[in-house]
Amino acid sequence: MAGPILRLSGLGKSFDGNTVFSGVDLDVYPGDRISILGASGSGKSTLLRCINLLEIPDAGQMEIQGATVGEPSRSGRARYPERQLRDLRQRVGMVFQHFNLFPHMTTAGNVAEGLTTVRGMPAGEARQRALTELRRVGLEDKADTYPSRLSGGQKQRVAIARALAMDPDILLFDEPTSALDPALVGEVLGVIEQLANEGRTMLLVTHEIGFAYHVSTRVVFLGENGIYETGTAEEVLKHPKRPLTQQFLAEHKRFQF
Amino acid sequence: MYEWDFSPVLAQGGFLLAGFRNTLILTATALSGGLVVGLLLALARLSHRRWLSMPAGVVIEVFRTTPPLVQLFWFYFGLPIVLAVEMTPFLAAALTFTIQSGAFFAEIFRAGIVSIEKGQWEAAKAIGMSHSQCMRRIVLPQAVKRMFPSMMERSIELMKTTTLVATVSYADLLFQANELAQKTFRPLEVFTVVALMYFVTISFVSFLAARLERRFARTGEFTT
Repeated sequence: MAGPILRLSGLGKSFDGNTVFSGVDLDVYPGDRISILGASGSGKSTLLRCINLLEIPDAGQMEIQGATVGEPSRSGRARYPERQLRDLRQRVGMVFQHFNLFPHMTTAGNVAEGLTTVRGMPAGEARQRALTELRRVGLEDKADTYPSRLSGGQKQRVAIARALAMDPDILLFDEPTSALDPALVGEVLGVIEQLANEGRTMLLVTHEIGFAYHVSTRVVFLGENGIYETGTAEEVLKHPKRPLTQQFLAEHKRFQF
Repeated sequence: MYEWDFSPVLAQGGFLLAGFRNTLILTATALSGGLVVGLLLALARLSHRRWLSMPAGVVIEVFRTTPPLVQLFWFYFGLPIVLAVEMTPFLAAALTFTIQSGAFFAEIFRAGIVSIEKGQWEAAKAIGMSHSQCMRRIVLPQAVKRMFPSMMERSIELMKTTTLVATVSYADLLFQANELAQKTFRPLEVFTVVALMYFVTISFVSFLAARLERRFARTGEFTT
């Protein structure tokens, strides 16, 4: 079996002395779809943001495709040179809760931006690629529309296309539907599900437990200080073994019928 | 009852137009220079390197807080003494107003840049952009659009402040008006015509600016 695309060993992060998580070990293999759940404040988003180094982890190490990211330094804490940050981020796509589309560019412009500016691809070729990605998320007809004219669900689908355009090895979704009107959640989950069916590797922070159960190959539950319980969706979400997980799931199921 | 008589003024229209031309040249020079200086000062001011941000801050503060007339005298009378350089009225005026408006533009740029949401930086970095690529492609274009109204305001202010150059005998519109007033003994008429010329020019530019803003708004490009 091939090695993991991404390996986290002993990853830790704290803000001003408050530990967000520590000792996180996680191997992500090709085709894995890992949902990260946990109470708010358990560091789900921070963990995701550490993986593409929008936050710099202060302990442990990260390997991508077998290569260590960052350079060891005397303090024992890895250093991440600018060059490596940029390389890694191109291989790890990120979709944000609040979309963060570039409002001054059209939809196609948003998707093509990384290709032209970062990869140096000629504009015409980048646009073709952008249209392909927009077709994938069902928004080819909105190619020349500015983001302010799109619904929240459409914006998030553009953001997904923007991440896909860079051909990332892994996609990170940071609560991709939390900022959406309930009626628009479905279209975004639909796109994520379709990507899952294509065999994309992804890490998903979400509050949509039903969707997580449906789509994940593995579920990671974060507790106070790191990974609290992990296993298949069936194991963690249907038959949780540990009290915090059970309590969390009970809370989330309270109003289901 | 005062009898208005514009005919001597209009007969010498070309004299005023020559001054108007000089005013426009000076304003355009100071404006384009000021935008460049302003952007550089703002970027230096925002830098994490103290040896860049400190001096930029000092320059901005000095030029924002001292009277432009005094600055003009520094450059025109002071600089030739200190540096032993030849100074023409135009050069002194262009330098003064480039740096002075640069200091104001720097604060406008800075405010515009810091007003851009953190998420924009993050999204740009997440597709692998460097800091300068983020600044150039994502942050500045949005910041400039937000800054547009304050920029216009400042540019109008600049055009009117350039009237100070008459004091160092640069033949701008006001300088020419003074001459003409003395020649024709019709100061009221001369200065009324001059005021009208400023009014028409600035209103016309404002009108173009408003149209541009509306166009941005229509495409949805202007709004977030």
